Amino acid sequence: MTESVDVSLNDTKPMPLTAIRFNQVGQIFEDAKGGTITAIQDLSFEIAHREFVAVLGPSGCGKSTLLRQIAGLLHPTSGSVEIFGRAVTEPRDEIGIVFQKPTLLPWYNTRDNVVFPLRHKYGRVSKSEFERADALLELVGLKDFAGSMPGQLSGGMQQRVAIARALLLDPDILLMDEPFSALDALTRDEMSFELLRIWSNKPKSVLFITHSIPEALLLADRIIVMSARPGGVREIINVDLPRPRSMNTLTDPRFSKMSNHIREQLFTKVHHA
Amino acid sequence: MPDLTKTASMPNRHSSTPARFWKPVLGWLDRLAPGLTFVGVLAVWQLGVYLFRVPIFLLPAPSDIAAAAFETEWWLWGRHIWATLRVALEGYLLATVIAIPLGVMLATSRLLSRTLYPLLIVIQSMPVVAIAPIIVVTLGSSDLPRIVITFLITFFPIVVSTATGVAATPPELIELSRSLRAGRGREITQIRLPFALPYIFSALKISTTLAVVGAVVAEFVAADQGLGYFIAISTSFFRIPSAFMGLVILVVMSLGLFQLVVTVQRIFAPWSLPTGGTGH
Repeated sequence: MTESVDVSLNDTKPMPLTAIRFNQVGQIFEDAKGGTITAIQDLSFEIAHREFVAVLGPSGCGKSTLLRQIAGLLHPTSGSVEIFGRAVTEPRDEIGIVFQKPTLLPWYNTRDNVVFPLRHKYGRVSKSEFERADALLELVGLKDFAGSMPGQLSGGMQQRVAIARALLLDPDILLMDEPFSALDALTRDEMSFELLRIWSNKPKSVLFITHSIPEALLLADRIIVMSARPGGVREIINVDLPRPRSMNTLTDPRFSKMSNHIREQLFTKVHHA
Repeated sequence: MPDLTKTASMPNRHSSTPARFWKPVLGWLDRLAPGLTFVGVLAVWQLGVYLFRVPIFLLPAPSDIAAAAFETEWWLWGRHIWATLRVALEGYLLATVIAIPLGVMLATSRLLSRTLYPLLIVIQSMPVVAIAPIIVVTLGSSDLPRIVITFLITFFPIVVSTATGVAATPPELIELSRSLRAGRGREITQIRLPFALPYIFSALKISTTLAVVGAVVAEFVAADQGLGYFIAISTSFFRIPSAFMGLVILVVMSLGLFQLVVTVQRIFAPWSLPTGGTGH
């Protein structure tokens, strides 16, 4: 990767510069009638350690498929997916996932939901692990809601709990599958800045799937623009907007320029198809 | 701002005097409505029987039914009630213990679902009232045939609801479980089964009523005690008020069992109550 990513910052363990590598990955599904659907074809890209990459594309371009391949939930039918130089054969602890919906467990309060991955994996949760959950809840701004039940929280708050849950095992890679798409527009913007704040506090490689161009530009170091059916890389865009990003980023002339460029890319594709 | 609040509160202040009077009255009516309906129906019934001089063996008045309660010795009532309650509870518990694991297995194993589901549908399609005499002949005259009949009528809704609930678990949570490599056992006990609880509890509530039905049907076929037996005997001697009293006790029993399940749900899984607001 030619990207300049500061790995010296808070670095405790030596890490290869490439966190995720897709090497000519293809994914073919069988449909109900016995036919085949090519979800992804010949997909190659790399994500550097602690890089924030957004994946942008029309619906049905296989965005969620590639996320599940990284998570080890889906095995590519061709090519290889590597995490820190090792091929993905099964799910690993280095990965935290935030889904489109918060999918909290309604019978647990906020705190118990955050520690759920540990309880689920090992059957028990120690006191220090509960303290880690409390620290994460403070990080996502929900310190005072540790005892609340999911039904009492707003959609944005529930998704913050889901982010804290994904961070519990301190993964090196955070996979986010359109995490803010179910939220209203105002909460969505707020959550974007929240995520940037959390990310600067706990730097990780983030793969953020979205279909919102402004969201991708606001958050990411790079944007992978995908083409639809079969999904492949259409263009990779370096987002050279300065960090930390704020509301001012939205008025940066480069922001609207890149936004228009991506929109054209996605729009012309629709006409070709 | 002060002006705004003032205008906003103005209409409230005007309507507050009648509202202060009507609100508690309406609240009272709302709370008493079920009881008032009940009392109203009883009054119309009593009055109708009196005015039209309906013979007691066609339709006894509520007062006749109440009087019939004392025509049977209290210990005899106790024996009949206990016989029916015992059979209903034993059949119900047996159904619960078998149906919930079976529902989980049907929802999580394609093989079991393919092999057992058709069989269950066939069993469910048999009218319980029709197989009851056969079961009695086959299993003899103990409590066992009655428990089996109650079991047969109660267990199907529990199986289906459990399977539906387990299958309705959000796929993302299953992916979360798989990504943690937690194993199939924990996936079922920590995610799928708790998620099915609202479904399971609604089936358990319906099945309380069915359990009483099952016990009574079994007693109609073959029994020497129990409320079903009591009603059958009473009607054959034209002691209609006594039969009605037996019916009243059965209703109370059904309601009591239903309420018991509601209480269990409220204590052990309050989040699964329909008013719990789980966001689904």
